[in-house]
Amino acid sequence: MASSGELNNDGLPLTSNSDPMEQPLTQQIPRDGRPLSLKERLKGGGYRAIQRCAKGLAPQDVQKLVSESGLRGRGGAGFPTGMKWNFVPMGQDAPRPKYIIANADEMEPGTFKDRVLLEGDPHGMVESMIVAGYALQAEVGFIFLRAEYRLAFERLRTAIGEAYAEGYLGRPLPGCDFRFDLYLHESAGRYICGEETALLNALEGKRAIPRAKPPYPQTVGLWGKPTVVQNVETLYNVPHIVNRGAAWFRGLSRSKDGGTKLYGISGRVARPGWWELPLGTTARELLEDHAGGMFNGFTFRGLLPGGASTPFLVEQHLNLPMDFSSIPADVGRLGTGCMIVLDDQTCPLGLLLNLERFFARESCGWCTPCREGLPWVARILDAFEEGHGSMDDLGLLEMHASLLGPGHTFCALAPGAVEPLQSALSYFRDDFIRHIRLGGCPWRPYGRSGGRRRVPVLKEIPA
Amino acid sequence: MLTDDERQEIEQALAHYPEKRAGAIDALRLVQRRRGWVSDESLEDIAALLGMTPAEVDGVATFYNLIFRKPVGRHVAFLCDSVSCWIMGYERVREQLKDRYEVDIGQTTKDGRLTVLPIACLGHCEQAPAMMVDADVYGHVTPDQIETILDQYR
Ligand SMILES: Cc1cc2nc3c(=O)[nH]c(=O)nc-3n(C[C@H](O)[C@H](O)[C@H](O)COP(=O)(O)O)c2cc1C
Ligand code: SF4
Ligand code: FES
Repeated sequence: MASSGELNNDGLPLTSNSDPMEQPLTQQIPRDGRPLSLKERLKGGGYRAIQRCAKGLAPQDVQKLVSESGLRGRGGAGFPTGMKWNFVPMGQDAPRPKYIIANADEMEPGTFKDRVLLEGDPHGMVESMIVAGYALQAEVGFIFLRAEYRLAFERLRTAIGEAYAEGYLGRPLPGCDFRFDLYLHESAGRYICGEETALLNALEGKRAIPRAKPPYPQTVGLWGKPTVVQNVETLYNVPHIVNRGAAWFRGLSRSKDGGTKLYGISGRVARPGWWELPLGTTARELLEDHAGGMFNGFTFRGLLPGGASTPFLVEQHLNLPMDFSSIPADVGRLGTGCMIVLDDQTCPLGLLLNLERFFARESCGWCTPCREGLPWVARILDAFEEGHGSMDDLGLLEMHASLLGPGHTFCALAPGAVEPLQSALSYFRDDFIRHIRLGGCPWRPYGRSGGRRRVPVLKEIPA
Repeated sequence: MLTDDERQEIEQALAHYPEKRAGAIDALRLVQRRRGWVSDESLEDIAALLGMTPAEVDGVATFYNLIFRKPVGRHVAFLCDSVSCWIMGYERVREQLKDRYEVDIGQTTKDGRLTVLPIACLGHCEQAPAMMVDADVYGHVTPDQIETILDQYR
């Protein structure tokens, strides 16, 4: 809960000696599934950040605070938010309107953190958008929401309506002449829409294929105007940084990157769920202290630290702090911070096949290596599962992993798709070889349908 | 023909875009919400209203997983087939649907009540396996709960 210490005239602590377990993003969210109401939010400090802005904090000051806070993008790539904002043209001569977009497309498999925020604290999204809009002097905002988040849609719609009625939206903020309009866009389901330039095409009513960069959206974005696309969780941090300062924000974290992180865990652990914890919490703490270890009878084999497009981490990596700067680049990356846990009773190749089928299906088809390569990878993995894999196929998978890597495609979907593949080829190589020797999947000796209606099978061929 | 109501709602959605075509998704969703799917005829009507060619609108419509260009059943069950749900037993749920309702992914029951479609991660992975029926999301779905869940959708 809120720490003691020196309070500013809003009743909020100003100093950086914060409680290590402070959870600015989620501590006010009711645990019974209700959203935080406008009244409750106002009581807890809601919409104070826009008052601070309107009463004298210049847009540049907000940008500076965000830079100094060490906030990095929570959408997967971890790009420093302040640095991103620096590219936006400011001042009288800047093209108008400028746009700020909340990326609420959350479709990365295994990831559910933004949903928690949007459903639990819809006004937090609205306020974050106003403050970010103010900082960038962007007068129009869109929340790009995936269609399946119906509950979030209803709650955001209500919150936006209330914010218009209160005069936070659609009217100059009291005390200054900045006026912000906010719209909710409901998408129609396609993973690639979360890629920020594909998202711009989607909003413009075009097929959502990514755009070539440069130019970057910060200068030439939505309808050719300066545009910043930011992940939902990233944005929720901004009003808190404005209220409590950069030093406080850095103090929340156990690492070089500022703030807390909304971590999630799914798979066969004792207590799957989400937790807001200091950035830099280790994988082991998450797994053992928070998720309660593995589910009874299952053993840990590995995890994908932040969604389907991050490389596997295994036992030897569990003491790594889960943040943007501690995981060595040749080992992996934090991604979205929502972990998927692989247990000993799940076939790593089967899991990989599931991932690659997803990526093949969701590829937008724009570039040949991605459009043709991903289905090929999926077919090879399928062959392993069916007992037709060979050592040559292992070589082919390695070839694809490098052909689809960074630099060969328009966007990061294909490179992301081969991150788990490449790492699995090294950590789970023995499992590939067992599939070849056995002529089938050791986890499913009775075939695909989980042991019903198939004839038993397969004896291991001695080496 | 689009009804007056439909036309009005689409025009309302267009108000906050600088270009009409930006309303294409809103228009497609809106028509589908009322009619269940988007027929060739509806597609042409939307195209005319937005100043696009039918092919352009179809290019958008076919890009998205949740715009139906073929009729579907009265209700649609979307089964999450992404990784966490796969680990937690999505395939057993799918088998149960086959056994109990004689539908597999991509099919509609003979009585036209239910279509089953695959869907990418529903964002409820901590409650895997997850399933969405129309707009309602269910978590921790087990094969023996399927019937209780689907009985609510007639
Ligand atoms: C295929 C693909 C899908 C993506 N999906 C999302 C998404 O659903 N949500 C998101 O915030 N970022 C997503 N991203 C990352 C965005 O392109 C972008 O980097 C991000 O929204 C920037 O926000 P941030 O700096 O606050 O993280 C995706 C990227 C790719 C390549
Ligand atoms: S990498 Fe794949 S998803 Fe990205 S632009 Fe190319 S084809 Fe489309
Ligand atoms: S993987 Fe099924 S809800 Fe995320």
